[in-house]
Amino acid sequence: MVSFILRRLGLMIVILFLVSIIIFSLVNVLPGDPALLVLGQEATPDQIEALRDEMGLNDPLIVQYFNWVVDVLQGDFGNSIRDNTAVTTILMQKIPVTLELTVLSFFFAILIAIPAGIISASRKGTAWDYSSTLFALSGVSVPPFFLGILFIFIFAVTLGWLPPSGYVPLTEDFGRSLLLMLMPALTIGIRLSAELTRMLRSSLLEVLQSDYIRTGYAKGLLEKSVVFGHALRNALIPVITVSGLQMATFLGGAVITETIFSVPGLGQLVVTSILTRDFPVVQGAVMFMAFAVILINFFVDILYSVLDPRIKLSGGTK
Amino acid sequence: MEQATEANVKQKIPNPRVEMFKAMMGRFFQNKLAVLGGFFTFLLIFMAIFASVIVPHDPIEQNYSEIMMSPSADHWFGTDEIGRDIFSRVIYGAQVSLQAGLISVGIALAVGVPIGLISGYYRGFWDEFVIMRFTDAMLSFPPLVLALALAAVLGAGLENAMIAIGIVLTPNFIRLIRAEVIAHREREYVEAGKASGLRDWRIILIHILPNTLAPIMVQATLAIASAIISEASLSYLGLGTQPPDPSWGAMLADGQGYLSDAPWIALFPGIFIFITVLSINLFGDGIRDMLDPKLK
Repeated sequence: MVSFILRRLGLMIVILFLVSIIIFSLVNVLPGDPALLVLGQEATPDQIEALRDEMGLNDPLIVQYFNWVVDVLQGDFGNSIRDNTAVTTILMQKIPVTLELTVLSFFFAILIAIPAGIISASRKGTAWDYSSTLFALSGVSVPPFFLGILFIFIFAVTLGWLPPSGYVPLTEDFGRSLLLMLMPALTIGIRLSAELTRMLRSSLLEVLQSDYIRTGYAKGLLEKSVVFGHALRNALIPVITVSGLQMATFLGGAVITETIFSVPGLGQLVVTSILTRDFPVVQGAVMFMAFAVILINFFVDILYSVLDPRIKLSGGTK
Repeated sequence: MEQATEANVKQKIPNPRVEMFKAMMGRFFQNKLAVLGGFFTFLLIFMAIFASVIVPHDPIEQNYSEIMMSPSADHWFGTDEIGRDIFSRVIYGAQVSLQAGLISVGIALAVGVPIGLISGYYRGFWDEFVIMRFTDAMLSFPPLVLALALAAVLGAGLENAMIAIGIVLTPNFIRLIRAEVIAHREREYVEAGKASGLRDWRIILIHILPNTLAPIMVQATLAIASAIISEASLSYLGLGTQPPDPSWGAMLADGQGYLSDAPWIALFPGIFIFITVLSINLFGDGIRDMLDPKLK
């Protein structure tokens, strides 16, 4: 187990190193001069040159990269070009917002996917199964921005049940915060639930054909106890992996959803900082997102090995 | 007499390729949802190709005397905030979306297939420590975030959005093709090819590649659907197709501000994105089941 974790940690560091190179390269070829963005159009060439020197932008790229990595390792992502706030401070403000969205979205996803997946697999070939399959396919086919706009149109504009957009921190007003997060969380949750339903259905179908399930039925166990007591536990293992792998897709969905519903989280931060060429914020936010994805996949790998003892940790293959 | 018997025998022995094709088509047509998906996909392609003949109005012509008109006989899907006919824009939008889907996936295939083939066949340091780790790193980014950053680097516009989406899709193809090649390189037919002195490129291109086409085809079909969503997302955020050219994503973004007064501006393009992506996904799932029923 220890050698497995160490090997995965080593791999994680290599991937993070490559991720940092990709982000640094991307941001450095973004059009626009950061010094000019800070000083504005009225700045003289001398002022711009002086600031470029101060910001280290005249150094060779490799030196700039090295300096950036050293700072990042110390938790310093630099300052925002727009308002000179430390990127770390901005990230600390945005992360709880996206975290709240993440928790709620996964809650809705699981709430929908587990019953839908179970009904679909245990009633294979029936109208329930077809409805659930069609729901799952529709869920993965509907773009998050259309689903979000549809929700606003139905629940905010037509019925007037929910506020169309906005955000209040949980600590400030718990009820209103949840109310405002309902539509964004459902927008992402439905897509996630569609993926999970598909996965749970196929995984459960496979498990339900196993010998030990037949034995359970032969012993006279009720369908409920076979499915919930024996099959579901094993069928959920691949679903956990898929949930982890969905993290990257989830964060992509958050970018659009937060923009539609004016949720001031990481996703909205990425969009605004890319559109306003706020290079340090782009680097910090994207680096954090990639790190979150890598870290979650690392834990999912370990959890997967713990849940399924058939997986040989030292073998490295699954 | 002998000739007649020979002809009879020839007629009776079924051609295995024809039989296999018939079985595959039978499996496809049994799947009603896949047939429906295929029908709508081809209908959309038809609409996109013949957009100039189908549309009743110029999609970019502004008509300030017909602003935000609700759906009617003259404007089937109504008009937008500057009087443009939404039906005409939606039909032309299909052209943009399908073009984006096909070209992005084409780019991903053009880059991903050769790298995946070479990486999987030769393995070694470059495969394990460079190409695979690089794809790992690329896959660590939320796809839309990477596409957004690449589109910002390349500049707003449909062409650049397609390149950005193509780059984002490439690692998936590299991984898929590499895995397929690894599964095939130990098979007897490859060993036989090597033993008979065939050059590596012949083994890769003439023997291994055709055997990996089925999963590539399935993945490519499903990737077109995700590329269409990505293009619409980039256009929604202002980095894809630029005005006045019609794009479903940009139309949704424009319509979002008029949801209470003219919901049709946003709803029709949204419904079309949904139907297009759903149809392609159903069609892709059908092709997968047709080519390999075990995967169902």
